[in-house]
Amino acid sequence: MKLLTGNDLKTGFVTWWTGADWSLHIEDAADVGEHGEAILAAEEGARRVNAPYIINGEQTADGPRPAHIKDRIRALGPTVRPDLTLKPADPAAGDWVI
Amino acid sequence: MVEHIHSDGEEPAVTLDAFLSQSNATAVRLEPDEDARALIPHLDRLALIEVAFPKFRDGRGYSSARILREAGYAGELRAQGDVLVDQIAYMKRCGFDTFAPEKELNAADVEAALARWPEHYQGAADGAVPIWKLRHG
Amino acid sequence: MYKYDEYDHAMVDARVAEFSDQVRRRLAGEITEDQFKPLRLMNGLYLQLHAYMLRVAVPYGTLDSRQMRMLAHIARKYDRDYGHFTTRQNIQYNWIKLEDAPAILQDLASVEMHAIQTSGNCIRNISSDQWAGAAADEITDPRPWAELLRQWSSFHPEFSYLPRKFKIAVIAANEDRAAMRLHDIGIQIVEKDGQHGAAFYVGGGMGRTPMIAPLIKDFVPLDDMLSYTEACLRVYNRYGRRDNIYKARIKILIHELGADEYRRQVEEEFKHVKSLGIDPPKAEFDRIAAQFAPPPLDASAPDDIDRSDPDFAVWVDQNVAKHKVPGHAIVNISLKPVGGIPGDASSAQIDLMADLGEKYSHDELRVTHAQNIVLPHVRKADLYAVWQALDAAGLATPNLDLISDIIACPGLDYCSLANARSIPVAQKIATRFSDLGRQKELGELKLKISGCINACGHHHAGHIGILGVDRKGTENYQLSLGGSGAEDVSLGTITGPGFDEDGIVDAIERVTDKYLAERTEGERFVDTFRRVGMAPFKEAIYG
Repeated sequence: MKLLTGNDLKTGFVTWWTGADWSLHIEDAADVGEHGEAILAAEEGARRVNAPYIINGEQTADGPRPAHIKDRIRALGPTVRPDLTLKPADPAAGDWVI
Repeated sequence: MVEHIHSDGEEPAVTLDAFLSQSNATAVRLEPDEDARALIPHLDRLALIEVAFPKFRDGRGYSSARILREAGYAGELRAQGDVLVDQIAYMKRCGFDTFAPEKELNAADVEAALARWPEHYQGAADGAVPIWKLRHG
Repeated sequence: MYKYDEYDHAMVDARVAEFSDQVRRRLAGEITEDQFKPLRLMNGLYLQLHAYMLRVAVPYGTLDSRQMRMLAHIARKYDRDYGHFTTRQNIQYNWIKLEDAPAILQDLASVEMHAIQTSGNCIRNISSDQWAGAAADEITDPRPWAELLRQWSSFHPEFSYLPRKFKIAVIAANEDRAAMRLHDIGIQIVEKDGQHGAAFYVGGGMGRTPMIAPLIKDFVPLDDMLSYTEACLRVYNRYGRRDNIYKARIKILIHELGADEYRRQVEEEFKHVKSLGIDPPKAEFDRIAAQFAPPPLDASAPDDIDRSDPDFAVWVDQNVAKHKVPGHAIVNISLKPVGGIPGDASSAQIDLMADLGEKYSHDELRVTHAQNIVLPHVRKADLYAVWQALDAAGLATPNLDLISDIIACPGLDYCSLANARSIPVAQKIATRFSDLGRQKELGELKLKISGCINACGHHHAGHIGILGVDRKGTENYQLSLGGSGAEDVSLGTITGPGFDEDGIVDAIERVTDKYLAERTEGERFVDTFRRVGMAPFKEAIYG
């Protein structure tokens, strides 16, 4: 699957295109298929996202999982500070990244 | 001083090569990779030197401008190309007195940019008195 | 240390106003990200993996308690309660919002701090010796020169769109504590025939093609320092490569021209630039130097230390260095607790260090390029109280320059440029070698880890260096041996095929075991490596 991701312009937070808007949570990310570039251009132009790009991912039981570890780290947070990630209470969250 | 240049009514700036082999041109255009010092023997023939900035990140034109002013060039020194309002103040310090940006600039932004800096730390080509001199007279 | 006058304040305030307006224009869509990016970089603001990252300048690594407290305040108010001290003596915050950046810069300006030119293709923070003004071996305090260069380079109209970043270091001792030879320009204040002058080394750097800066001029009169630097920069701005970002540093220009030709061009430009009158008068240097006058240290203060607390004694032996004034010492605070994140400090820890600096170090602190903190002027009689306070805050790890005193870049946990994570590797290595007796047996062993080829972790200059790479989508680690960023400068040699995260820790253990087996009396790891060469180590690693 193809996922569209970027950062929120004002806050810098990592965001994922849900099909309708932007979410902080990768679980909400939608497969943009062949339409990624067009959506990217429109959203970036409207400043609803900054520095967007398209990545490969796969659908798993836990939701979309980015193909590259860098984007999995972006999705969750730094592996060395679980307390600062989106899932501080989940001890298995780091395994999902690696 | 921020002009949106139209080519009619003005003598076109010739290339450096053309200028050096031509006796009557009074305007020359300097590309980023061309040596400003090649013009030094001919400065009194020139009314306009246009320094190209094809990409604003390419800062060679700033050195070209200062070199020309340091050599005593007193004619019009124009920055042309990918000139954004955020570069105008530094360009002026390097000796540029006119600007031909590819994309029109907001006049209020330009005015703000030029009024931004109360003083300057270092001497450049604009004759501004550097801070160290203000401190000690 | 240097205090702003009204001119300095006005310049920082103008910069804050300029950047605030640029942020406004970006948020309003008046400029694109492509146009905004160089502008925000020139104000130290990156877009990183998790948020914007702000790199605040600590000029030549020197700050006072008020400034240190502001750094803690920023961590608490705008970030996630911690900061990261860097290999260029700066501090980074990882969770910054663009909309907060103007307010942060205003807060910084209120205590004479800024984020000016901490990124971008311009002249960066001027770095220096973290023991300046305290070390016995310096011929003078290099920091007034660093301050002069800082002002000259700030908002320099000609050198703000260079081919690439430009890093300058200034030292004044033969012992190089600032990795001077690995900078674009490294300046060493030297003495010749009773006069001080500046030796200029130009063209060092790490990254993809590490190079040691060749000596370009052995003695530049101090009155000419700025003109000579200007000439060096102008030649670079005009002729540095702009076709390939991996070939754009000045080291490539000098490598391609040859040092002799580069020197010739600089000399020619210098003759011209000198005539422009850009060098400030001696009065300006004296004005700055007066602010670096030594603090009033009582040389008759007690010179003995009560070592009856064994943990304190261990810390004194490892982390406390000799001060030029009797009765005093230089305290090195390790930000490398075993298993911790190298260079990180919580806002509470930063506040504590501020308090200690104010109370025990004449209100002065330093940041080192090894990501540690220094209290430069501590009375020996106060060392025990200082240690107790540090110990209570987890800041008394007695591992200065030992294997667990690791330099590590933030790596893939934080940095969008990275190929691999560096912090977990540092943690695993430190944990493997956590036994202090074992560390002391190994002695001075500078281990440096970079998460990508940009080498912000200075791995080329590590006695043991580790480079994280992306090998077909998985993290892999290359091992190098024999580098040094000190006056015995050298670039590390890769051992062979890389390892995974656990493999690299095992490999390092085999390397250190081999060192212990091969070394002669008094040899540091790097000395043994230089004597016996790679072959015995390669065999130990790979079998």
